[in-house]
Amino acid sequence: MIDQLSWKVGGQQGEGIDSTGEIFAMALNRLGYYLYSYRHFSSRIKGGHTNNKIRVSTSETRSISDDLDILIAFDQETIDVNVHELRDGGVVIGDSKFNPTVPEGLNVRLYSVPFTEIASELGTSLMKNMVAIGATSAVLGLPVESYLEVVEEIFARKGAKVVEKNMEAIQKGADHFNELSGGQIDGFQLNKADGKKRMFMIGNDAIALGFVAGGVRFMAAYPITPASEIMEYLIKKLPEFGGTVIQTEDEIAACTMAIGANYAGVRTITSSAGPGLSLMMEALGLSGMTEVPLVVVDTQRGGPSTGLPTKQEQSDLMAMIYGTHGEIPKVVMAPSTVEEAFYDAVEALNIAEEYQCPVILLTDLQLSLGKQSVEPLDFSRVEIRRGKLVDQELPDTDDKDGYFKRYEVTEDGISPRVIPGMKNGIHHVTGVEHDETGKPSEVAANRQKQMDKRLRKLKNLRFNVPVVKQGQHTDPDILLVGFNSTRGVIEEAMPRLEAEGFKVNHAHIRLIHPFPTDEMKPLIDSAKTVIVVENNATGQLASILKMNVGQHEKIKSLLKYDGNPFLPSEVVMKCKELV
Amino acid sequence: MATFKDFRNSIKPNWCPGCGDFSVQAAIQRAAANVGLEPDNLAVVSGIGCSGRISGYIKSYGFHGIHGRSLPIAQGVKMANRDLTVIASGGDGDGFAIGMGHTVHAIRRNIDITYIVMDNQIYGLTKGQTSPRSEVGFKTKSTPEGSVESAIGIMELALTAGATFVAQSFSTDLKELTSIIEAGINHKGFSLINVFSPCVTYNKVNTYDWFKEHLVPLSSIENYDSSNRMMAMQTLMENKGLVKGIIYQDKVKPSYQDLAHGYSKKALAKTDLNLSEEKFNELMTEFM
Ligand SMILES: Cc1ncc(C[n+]2csc(CCOP(=O)(O)OP(=O)(O)O)c2C)c(N)n1
Ligand code: SF4
Ligand SMILES: [Mg+2]
Repeated sequence: MIDQLSWKVGGQQGEGIDSTGEIFAMALNRLGYYLYSYRHFSSRIKGGHTNNKIRVSTSETRSISDDLDILIAFDQETIDVNVHELRDGGVVIGDSKFNPTVPEGLNVRLYSVPFTEIASELGTSLMKNMVAIGATSAVLGLPVESYLEVVEEIFARKGAKVVEKNMEAIQKGADHFNELSGGQIDGFQLNKADGKKRMFMIGNDAIALGFVAGGVRFMAAYPITPASEIMEYLIKKLPEFGGTVIQTEDEIAACTMAIGANYAGVRTITSSAGPGLSLMMEALGLSGMTEVPLVVVDTQRGGPSTGLPTKQEQSDLMAMIYGTHGEIPKVVMAPSTVEEAFYDAVEALNIAEEYQCPVILLTDLQLSLGKQSVEPLDFSRVEIRRGKLVDQELPDTDDKDGYFKRYEVTEDGISPRVIPGMKNGIHHVTGVEHDETGKPSEVAANRQKQMDKRLRKLKNLRFNVPVVKQGQHTDPDILLVGFNSTRGVIEEAMPRLEAEGFKVNHAHIRLIHPFPTDEMKPLIDSAKTVIVVENNATGQLASILKMNVGQHEKIKSLLKYDGNPFLPSEVVMKCKELV
Repeated sequence: MATFKDFRNSIKPNWCPGCGDFSVQAAIQRAAANVGLEPDNLAVVSGIGCSGRISGYIKSYGFHGIHGRSLPIAQGVKMANRDLTVIASGGDGDGFAIGMGHTVHAIRRNIDITYIVMDNQIYGLTKGQTSPRSEVGFKTKSTPEGSVESAIGIMELALTAGATFVAQSFSTDLKELTSIIEAGINHKGFSLINVFSPCVTYNKVNTYDWFKEHLVPLSSIENYDSSNRMMAMQTLMENKGLVKGIIYQDKVKPSYQDLAHGYSKKALAKTDLNLSEEKFNELMTEFM
């Protein structure tokens, strides 16, 4: 019996590869296994190789595995491209339709099952994925009934007959496999899972759910991979709460519309990826200058320009920290798990309102789109804090025009905020330098006061767990540092390095800006070597670390920018080279 | 009841003496009072340019944004609080060059706001360059030999983009301009009001006298019917766009807010942000 295995299904895009993986994973999630999936896809709708790799485990896992146990192939290309990943003794199940073959010399077991033929006999070749799922369950030794609940839910609308047919397809796939293999094959039976209920979701789902729970009632956005799911969820859900989403003409409109709506008192967000964020830069400055709260999600993907639009990368870091001309207060937060993405989405809204500045919620493609098992979320942790938003009637002001001091110079730099419609709250808002009531002013002393006031706001930023710290060594050989989705792979590399005799600590940075120097400095000081693991070509996080903490000679970079997430073995191997 | 004086503040506009924008400001203040608004129920959102300064000169909630983006900001304000009256405003460069994408899409989206453009056929603030409204041959700093690009027929364009309220006026006709702005505010949907507002400093061609000579009042056209889009288009083309008055109004089409599925009748800014735990659990279960 084993505790984890990896399964992959591949074929041509548009052939139902995603739904095959989805049904397989959902059924196992219901049994209480922990799932973690990785979709390989291209920027086209039909055609082109695509695959979905799913890791099944009896304990929590947040990384793809180095190898593969089972490969389901709907075409020969899937075998050619992926067979090298299979472990010794791994299983390939291909559709007999294309006469699957595996290269000679590899110790893998090939089974040719007539996916398409069986499905066609049952009525439609569309059910070939069900046949494949059936064959899979035979390998795993899972009863076919495990799929019933999921199949019923998916096909309920189409009637009992369709449910029955799909279950039959699964059964036939299992039967056929068992005939070929002559009974259960060894090495693929998973230990029983805990049977606990967990969600099966992507990071974007968690962020979107966080926004709904955190009081977002309006969104303005323009579609882009890998951000669109956030918008799609809110399009579905906001009307239930009286809210709505506008698909704007571009990201400049999205960002400025969100600013307008936040100014007018509604928690409004926008989300995009690199190209959209580039278009929003001027508007981010407007939010900073006018002190209008704003939350923008940046789901990083391969850059620059259109780059690798469907691939993993973490190269927007510098742009998010420094992007926009001039100097503004800005917060950049980077959740490292799907759970965190939920709580951080709520917290981003609170921080934006409390500090009255733009907040970038940074993710990366693998965190945004990697579907995985997630423990139920804790509603009691959802809290809505609106900072110095005035919700009581205002007295008359002493300003000669009756203007409210929206930009009053205060000790913490944060001024009381009123929204339009309030009596005695009238003030002016402008991206031009302004006085306390928002009237344009070029007076040098005023400029300095207002600039200092704005920049002072984040001096005392309260942020929950800016750095996730793992490993207890006081004098580690290696401190591994990362952000966003690399958390899982680092966590998996750590025990392997420990097993080879290294003392390893791990710091995952969740607050990118303002940089948590006080938290990071002791961790870096105590380590012999610091290895910064990041999916970009220039070592952006390492540069930021050096800039804030110093210690240039001991900070090293472990980089990957070919569009794929790190594998645990790569991290282990490269770490050994670097120390 | 507020009067137009209640929409004034003590700030002295930094416009050149004689600039057309003074009258546009006065017309907005009068119209706001005439339709019964209070200063705290009005939000004036403006772009960047000489004209963009207007949000600071009217006593109301004012938002002076970035160049070309007054419309998306204004639409955001309105979506957040449908009880507010929202006026977007700015120059011809702001709305028809850098912000043109937003203008066309605001027109077809039809959110209930009023957009007032101070059209002087030139870039005033940056000291006299050609604008998308400058005629071919117009000499400016950026077109020393005369512009070779065609001027945009903005009213015609608005009609083809699905506008529900299209009007044009002239800054010196304070009475007419005021009543057109009132009609725009009262219109249920997006209203575009293009106001010829001469730049006395940089535009020596399209002067007050030039407009007086060239503008054709629609009231002088017999049987002009502003509910007839075909007639509107034809009249614009016959007069090279140089007409004034309400060119077209569709009083039937519902606004975006009335069509948006699920969108709250109560101002969103006044709705409760909190979710019940029960609802939250329901949302979580959908992922299980
Ligand atoms: C992104 C950006 N580009 C350029 C400018 C410089 N700029 C300010 S106003 C303006 C044009 C103003 O012309 P118009 O909109 O017609 O307004 P007017 O001054 O004529 O009222 C330009 C180009 C800017 N502020 N922002
Ligand atoms: S430069 Fe022209 S548009 Fe600007 S204030 Fe002077 S007259 Fe008005
Ligand atoms: Mg102009």
